[in-house]
Amino acid sequence: MNFSEVFKLSSLLCKFSPDGKYLASCVQYRLVVRDASTLQICQLYACLDQIQHIEWSADSLFILCALYKRGLVQVWSLEQPEWHCKIDEGSAGLVASCWSPDGRHILNTTEFHLRITVWSLCTKSVSYIKYPKACQQGITFTRDGRYLALAERRDCKDYVSILVCSDWQLLRHFDTDTQDLAGIEWAPNGCVLAAWDSCLEYKILLYSLDGRLLSTFCAYEWSLGIKSVAWSPSSQFLAVGSYDGKVRILNHVTWKMITEFGHPATINNPKIVVYKEAEKSPPLVLGRLAFPPPRAAAGPLSSTESEYEVASVPVSLQTLKPAADRANPRIGIGALAFSPDNCFLATRSDSVPTAVWIWDIQKLRLLAVLEQLSAVRCFQWDPRQARLAICTGGGKVYLWSPAGCVSVQVPGEGDFQVLSVCWHLSGDSLALLSKDHFCLCFLETEQGVGTAFGQRGDHM
Amino acid sequence: MGDWMTVTDPGLSSESKYISQYTSETKMSPSSLYSQQVLCSSIPLSKNVHSFFSAFCTEENIEQSISYLDQELTTFGFPSLYEESKGKETKRGLNIVAVLNCMNELLVLQRKNLLAQENVETQNLKLGSDMDHLQNCYAKLKEQLETSRREMIGLQERDRQLQCKNRNLHQLLKNEKDEVQKLQNIIASRATQYNHDMKRKEREYNKLKERLHQLVMNKKDKKIAMEVLNYVGRADGKRGSWRTGKTEARNEDEMYKILLNDYEYRQKQILMENAELKKVLQQMKKEMISLLSPQKQKPRERADDSTGTVISDIEEDAGELSRESTWDLSCETVREQLTNSIRKQWRILKSHVEKLDNQVSKVHLEGFNDEDVISRQDHEQETEKLELEIQQCKEMIKTQQQLLQQLATACDDDTASLLRDCYLLEEKERLKEEWSLFKEQKKNFEKERRSFTEAAIRLGLERKAFEEERASWLKQQFLNMTTFDHQNSENVKLFSAFSGSSDWDNPTVHSRPRQKKPHGAPSGSPVCTSKLTKSLPASPSTSDFCQTRSCVSEYSSISVLNTTPEESKPNQVGRECTNQKWSVASRPDSQEGCCSGCSSTHADAHIEKDDLP
Repeated sequence: MNFSEVFKLSSLLCKFSPDGKYLASCVQYRLVVRDASTLQICQLYACLDQIQHIEWSADSLFILCALYKRGLVQVWSLEQPEWHCKIDEGSAGLVASCWSPDGRHILNTTEFHLRITVWSLCTKSVSYIKYPKACQQGITFTRDGRYLALAERRDCKDYVSILVCSDWQLLRHFDTDTQDLAGIEWAPNGCVLAAWDSCLEYKILLYSLDGRLLSTFCAYEWSLGIKSVAWSPSSQFLAVGSYDGKVRILNHVTWKMITEFGHPATINNPKIVVYKEAEKSPPLVLGRLAFPPPRAAAGPLSSTESEYEVASVPVSLQTLKPAADRANPRIGIGALAFSPDNCFLATRSDSVPTAVWIWDIQKLRLLAVLEQLSAVRCFQWDPRQARLAICTGGGKVYLWSPAGCVSVQVPGEGDFQVLSVCWHLSGDSLALLSKDHFCLCFLETEQGVGTAFGQRGDHM
Repeated sequence: MGDWMTVTDPGLSSESKYISQYTSETKMSPSSLYSQQVLCSSIPLSKNVHSFFSAFCTEENIEQSISYLDQELTTFGFPSLYEESKGKETKRGLNIVAVLNCMNELLVLQRKNLLAQENVETQNLKLGSDMDHLQNCYAKLKEQLETSRREMIGLQERDRQLQCKNRNLHQLLKNEKDEVQKLQNIIASRATQYNHDMKRKEREYNKLKERLHQLVMNKKDKKIAMEVLNYVGRADGKRGSWRTGKTEARNEDEMYKILLNDYEYRQKQILMENAELKKVLQQMKKEMISLLSPQKQKPRERADDSTGTVISDIEEDAGELSRESTWDLSCETVREQLTNSIRKQWRILKSHVEKLDNQVSKVHLEGFNDEDVISRQDHEQETEKLELEIQQCKEMIKTQQQLLQQLATACDDDTASLLRDCYLLEEKERLKEEWSLFKEQKKNFEKERRSFTEAAIRLGLERKAFEEERASWLKQQFLNMTTFDHQNSENVKLFSAFSGSSDWDNPTVHSRPRQKKPHGAPSGSPVCTSKLTKSLPASPSTSDFCQTRSCVSEYSSISVLNTTPEESKPNQVGRECTNQKWSVASRPDSQEGCCSGCSSTHADAHIEKDDLP
């Protein structure tokens, strides 16, 4: 495992292009596009103000930079550096901006969710979509980019509109049987839409592309409901994490619950591997991993090394007592993600913030638990294989795979607090983002190591 | 005491004079009298009484004391001490006999009373101890009662407390329930309130939004615009199409196409899955059939009809299975059949497995519970096996030994003879066995012959004795004819002497053969004589015969003892001869008496035995 130089970054804005060739990062008002493998700067764009959001177009030809404070969107072309586009939402304001899947339209949501403006880069035409709902996840495109599902609110009722992306024609419009729709998400196959109610009620609805209600699922009543939802890449399972600290898995045939994964604070089953992060005092073997060596040698070793220990059951995990009198209590399943091969599900229970639970979907049981020293900030699956990257806001990045797990100290002077991680398309490299820096972590693969070294050599 | 005083009133007046003369002792007299009447409750008192008696009567007051005593005694129901008065004037005299009788009676009474007193005392003691014991028991029980009462009170108290607590808890529960109900109501009302408010707010919000929209959008906001250097082409290279009804229809079509594709894909997957499952099912069925068919016989033998029918079904199914086409049919037609057959087979398999499990568990149980039995059985089997092995080994060793011996003996001989010996070994072995058999037979024969000779000797001796007896008897009869009276007196004596004998009750029966005997004497058998010896004493008329017989028997026994060694010798010599000879020799014996039967049978047996080998 090798690490790149550390580059400047602001607002955690760093994204690989969808084709994996480039890496876009923002430093204040500047947008830097680098080659993803060599990290050489390809393009450098300057926006009018601090960039608050960037997004690659699906064909990796354009990048949009949203400057919400100014109500502006600036679009840059990678092929034609001189080409520019500026969209001003004016007094309506701007709260969200995104690409349409075709990469030629930009959807801007105005302040107060008054409307969504669809700007086209091909023609002068502008479309408006009225009554978008201000919710957690109100816009979702199908994987193939054909359809857009949009949550709407009209006359105190929730609706979902399905639009054809090619010409923004309304295909279906139907009301959902929800109190307060919180989010919608297409299944990866683009044929089923999951819509769930706000946390006040446990309710998830499944709609077909043609607007038919396929099924409704309600696990319990009178308590805080759904907190997170994730489709498996095969569209076979829908994992629903809720405030009761459980993940329920629905199947795609009957849309009934297959199983229920509880997240107990103590683990008694000896079959479950519990990896416990433990501090290790003298970091003597650091040099072997450190790259670049001069920095590692020069920099003071501020943070201590840590390693994983396999804890013997029963293990009791550190739990957080939630404050009952405050909104958004720290309980329930805050994050969950399927591995790309559908075999594993990683979850985080907010009441046990230091642990990541990895479930075996083939056997429908808990496989491993990773207990970190500090709260888990985010985790992301390698897009190619069953490999999970975890960060806790400390100077380390953690990787889990069915073979085991490692904790890697990010080299560099001072603290490099990894707040977020972002995988490259190929799964060969990983961008580690801190508050104002980022670096790339190259994972050793047979062919990948040599090139990485060589390229780095050139770069240096 | 008062009663007594009144009773003795007439005597007391006269007596009081004497009593007054005496000191404290006389004063005691009434009490001592009383004590005497109560029958000496204590020994010291009785002593006092004696001393008092010594002083009670003096020379002077004999008369008075006698009269006093008489009075006393008569009052107690004793006869008067005085003689019956014949005349009124005459002074009644003291009847000594009556006095003595009275005294005796008094003494007896005293003794009785003493005894009674003793008994009463012991009883009293016993009762006292019993009383003590009972009192102790009582005290203990009282204590127990007290403690249990206390305990009960405690328990009651606790019960009361618990009940109180329970009541409180019930009350609390009720309160809580009420609270919950209240809270639920509150929640529900709040929820409705919240929803209502939300709706109201949302409406307001919507109104505001609408207003804002109008304000912001309708005013020609110059700012809302897109500056673009030049429009880029579409990603697919096509130009944007106009929105028409056609596009709408096309969109619909496309959507349905996508949906159809998805459904088709899913159907394909399901079909594939189904096919695989069918394959598995088929294989499972085949395996099941193959597994179950060898047991076909067994379950049929032991089990009911159902299994039989099922098995026939299996056979049918097996037939069906061979036609692969059934599998390609849609499930509709085959499904029921298939599932049924599988279910049946599964049931069979399950029952079989359960049976096996039961057996296994039984074996386990037995193994756990009475391991000894199992081990014993095993032991027995094992020991049998081992014994068999041992026998085999022994035989082996024997043959080896024999071979070795033969080798040792025929070591110097040439190999040819050794070989021959080897060949003859079996024959030799057999001959040896025969030889041993012969020897045994011979031993038996010898035993028998000895017994026979003994019997013959006895017979001869007895015959001899009988002859002598007869001679003597004839002689006596001859003599009796002359002196009969003398013999008669002797007979009586003999009778009395033998009165205790067992055969005394039927003299006539026994006498008859005796009377017959002399006539058939020459052909008399030893059995008859032995009978006679027994019955002889019973017969009163043949006392002389009896005497002689007893003498003879003595003599014969002695003579037998004497003669046996001499006579057995020639017999033993004869036994050395063959059996044939012996049997011939025994023939003469068989001609006489019941012994002949015996001997003949023996002889026959021997002959038979001789024929055997």
